[in-house]
Amino acid sequence: MTAIVARSLTRRFGDTLAVDDLSFSVAPGEIVGLLGANGAGKTTTMRMTLGLLTPSGGEVEIAGRPARLADRRIMGYVPQGLGLYRDLTVWENLRFTSAAFGVAPPSLEAEGLAEVAHRRVGDLSLGLRRRVAFAAARCHSPTILILDEPTSGVGPLGRSRLWETIHETAERGAAILVSTHHMEEAEECDGVVLMAGGRQVASGTVTEVVGGLRSVAITGRVEAGSLETMGRLGGTVLLDGSGWRVVGLDPELVRGLVGGRAEVDDVPATFEEAFVALSR
Amino acid sequence: MSWGVRGVSVVFDGEHALDDVSLELDRGRIAIVVGGDGAGKTTLCRTIVGLAKVVAGEVSRAERTGFQSETSGVWGDLTVLENLQFVARGYGLDSGHSRSRIGDLLEVTDLATARDRLGRQLSGGMRQKLGVAMAVLAEPDLLVLDEPTTGLDPVSRLELWSFITLSARQGRAVLVTSTYVDEAARAHEVLALDDGRVLAAGSVAEVVASMPGKIFEADRPHGAESWHRGHAWRVWSRDGSPIPGATQLTPDLADVVSVAALTQELGV
Repeated sequence: MTAIVARSLTRRFGDTLAVDDLSFSVAPGEIVGLLGANGAGKTTTMRMTLGLLTPSGGEVEIAGRPARLADRRIMGYVPQGLGLYRDLTVWENLRFTSAAFGVAPPSLEAEGLAEVAHRRVGDLSLGLRRRVAFAAARCHSPTILILDEPTSGVGPLGRSRLWETIHETAERGAAILVSTHHMEEAEECDGVVLMAGGRQVASGTVTEVVGGLRSVAITGRVEAGSLETMGRLGGTVLLDGSGWRVVGLDPELVRGLVGGRAEVDDVPATFEEAFVALSR
Repeated sequence: MSWGVRGVSVVFDGEHALDDVSLELDRGRIAIVVGGDGAGKTTLCRTIVGLAKVVAGEVSRAERTGFQSETSGVWGDLTVLENLQFVARGYGLDSGHSRSRIGDLLEVTDLATARDRLGRQLSGGMRQKLGVAMAVLAEPDLLVLDEPTTGLDPVSRLELWSFITLSARQGRAVLVTSTYVDEAARAHEVLALDDGRVLAAGSVAEVVASMPGKIFEADRPHGAESWHRGHAWRVWSRDGSPIPGATQLTPDLADVVSVAALTQELGV
């Protein structure tokens, strides 16, 4: 049975459409990423999935039934603000959350938190605080995990470590809905839903989303002023190592502008460039 | 002409916010400082623009510096146009010159149609572009942008980078900070910071070449010197010897930064 199914999910705040006709599903063992900028509607979508916000239109089903607050028994949630008590220690936080769910607190050793058990959460580094929040969200062995930007502000190694835990949780059968604005994290997900301005821009696996989209790579010396001209023509011009990339312009046009000393190649788009192409 | 910092240390509340950090900023070139929250990125920006006191090292400041703080610096109760006019007046630019300069900037940043919108009604991407436009308005020699792309969608991110790239092409030295390691490809020089210390520095190619050992890709973890990435595992072979069942990869900057962080973590 599919863990989460969202159909034509819509949410208004006054005149603003925060989420507009969004559909997706997450199966047990699957990691689905909501990708998009701040304000794209990711948090609103998660809050509707958790039953914390009522949709203005459409519906969410949890384990085959309309979402309700009681589903929290099978759902774990790490909000962006982490939802921990900063003045309590790590152990106190985990004991409190476990008591609220009526379960035994998790093993600090297994969570890699034994050394900091009696430190105040407010005194820990962001990476460790995220680890505690993650442990708290899983204390009642939820079958669905909702993670709102779990890796934001963490360096590459810390991010890899958090993703290791996310994958392990999925391998044990949990359905995971995770949001991020790091496009490189799309590769960690089994499926992605790209959001912009509350709408679904694209969805599928990373390969499906990038599909046959192309971009232009320039190497060598370019004619003075040619990059500026590309900018004026609506191209997005980017430095890329020792060369350049141009999104949104025809390779022939670019070849004509850069002059004979530069090499111009028609290349597959990166995930990020694909998002740009799809949002135009 | 170049600016920057050499061997600077900054201390807050008895703790090092920056510890022996060097960075050279040259005309026409973009330097990027990457790191997570608390790495020292904002402190480095504030040091370079003269807002933080150093306890050691040298700081060479440009006479004309444009600075965009992490919060974008846009006034919410002023319109886009008023924000730019306010900055122009602050710099005492003559009105004819500032009018054409503001017109150009609105054009390049695609903000011309939003000129009468209030700062607080702008999307994140528009607000950051306006912030950068305000920072370059007075034609600074050095442009310092603190996390201009955090939280932006890829379209706004790439547009902003395009604008930054063209600003550097006009002969400015540019410093950008970011939590996205992949953005280092958009810069000439990269400085990776962690906890106020330098993890790696140089051009992306130099930084990648300076990594000790080799990187392999495997389908399962190999102890403490491996980490998850994408759908596979990265394994660091410290002495470069092959890892059974794993394929050697050309490392990218994220791998190098991970190795540097790992080295500090394990106290190697």
